[in-house]
Amino acid sequence: MSYITKSPWIIHYDGSSCNGCDIEVLACLTPLYDLERFGIVNTGNPKHADVFLVTGGINAQSEAVVKNTYEQMPDPKVVVAVGICACTGGVFRECYNIIGGVDKVIPVDVYVPGCAARPESIIDGVVRALGILEEKRAKMAEKGGK
Amino acid sequence: MSNRIVVPFGPQHPVLPEPIHLDLVLEDERVVEAIPTIGYVHRGLEKLVEKRDYKDYVLIAERICGICSFTHSVTYCNAIEHIMGVEVPPRAQFIRTIWMEYSRMHSHLLWLGLAADAMGFENLFMNAWRLREEILDDMEATTGGRVIQGTCKVGGIRRDIGDDKLGEMVDHLKKIRPLLEESNRIFTHDQTVRHRMRGLSVLSEKDAWDLGAVGPVARGSGCDMDVRSSGYSAYGELGFKPVTFSHGDCLDRCLVRSEEVLASVDLVERAVAKMPDGPIEEKVTGNPEGECFAFSEQPRGECLHYVRANGKKNIVRHRVRTPTFTNVPPLVKLLEGIELADVPVVVLTIDPCIGCCDR
Repeated sequence: MSYITKSPWIIHYDGSSCNGCDIEVLACLTPLYDLERFGIVNTGNPKHADVFLVTGGINAQSEAVVKNTYEQMPDPKVVVAVGICACTGGVFRECYNIIGGVDKVIPVDVYVPGCAARPESIIDGVVRALGILEEKRAKMAEKGGK
Repeated sequence: MSNRIVVPFGPQHPVLPEPIHLDLVLEDERVVEAIPTIGYVHRGLEKLVEKRDYKDYVLIAERICGICSFTHSVTYCNAIEHIMGVEVPPRAQFIRTIWMEYSRMHSHLLWLGLAADAMGFENLFMNAWRLREEILDDMEATTGGRVIQGTCKVGGIRRDIGDDKLGEMVDHLKKIRPLLEESNRIFTHDQTVRHRMRGLSVLSEKDAWDLGAVGPVARGSGCDMDVRSSGYSAYGELGFKPVTFSHGDCLDRCLVRSEEVLASVDLVERAVAKMPDGPIEEKVTGNPEGECFAFSEQPRGECLHYVRANGKKNIVRHRVRTPTFTNVPPLVKLLEGIELADVPVVVLTIDPCIGCCDR
């Protein structure tokens, strides 16, 4: 965990999830798992966020909201698709209103499978995403230096 | 005359864990009208019955909502079992009831936490969620899943709970009961909670009936309605009594839930004491033909599953009316005349579960 140089803030949006993954994301922040001890805070404002957690597949209504939220986040940013629905569409992939996984709309850095994704695997996914975030930050600094 | 302005609230909003959109028409700080937009998490899963075997569809019915998951699968199974005339063994009925009550406890504790968070009581939020994890531990030990269980099937249940484990569960509940009572005392006695919730957004008993309120929203306004009184699954043998309060304000809607957690603990204890022996499933062959309405009491209120089948392995029509959907008209009424700063608390008191509502 030595690469956490800043306190990464998280924003969460429910694409079209059944709530199972959403409450597990919230469970990560509460006493049993307590991610806040690493300075990870759940924010509601995309302009404050570094990590974008999306649960559930993308449907016609949430497509624009997910895109909009992603675009409002400052660089560098990472996207974590939480749960099998966010990865591929899951059990709902054949529903008429489901476009597919989150990667149909925005680029995804880490996929967390599971139905519902367990808090341990969500934490693992976020920690991996933080490594990618650090790489992106280093690349940006390199570009800026030249 | 003051100016009217429209404030959009949601779908992505700091206080909302789930997407719902409200256009709040304000006069100064007061809400004069609220116009809801729903459908942000609509998946169209009722249509999937045409592509899935009716037995496999139990798993999709369970995923209508990740919080009341087990209750959804039981209600769907009840409908199919009624159509096919399957007699579910009593032990399966009792174990289903135990899991449904565990769902209720974890759902209500989750809600009590979120309500505390909405009024800025961070400590109480964390405390409620800590207690919820204790409930989820037993849920996981017996079903294998924390929020999605997958243990219900047409004709019974997939796995049994051993008598030793049932005893351990009761001991565990006895241990956390004082903690639950202490947490409830904060809701009934704390100044901050009373100040934020007492007298806020009153729903009269008549309005609750007229607008079709269900579940804790209706029971907080004094309506004695709880589908568990009809005695489906094993509730008929457990001597169930609904919890009602009469003020109809935010605090009473909250107290209904905090009292129901304790009532659920009692129900589980009684179910374990009366647990019959025997098989846990009835073999089901053939395909359903006919139609049925099945009702159940979810943590959020009355839920209805309608199933119509024509003797093939795919069902023709499945329709779900979920409690959050029915509670949207009362919500619009509740929001009229309150201050903008109270909107998050009031929206939460109907316990919105948008996953259920939009399906």
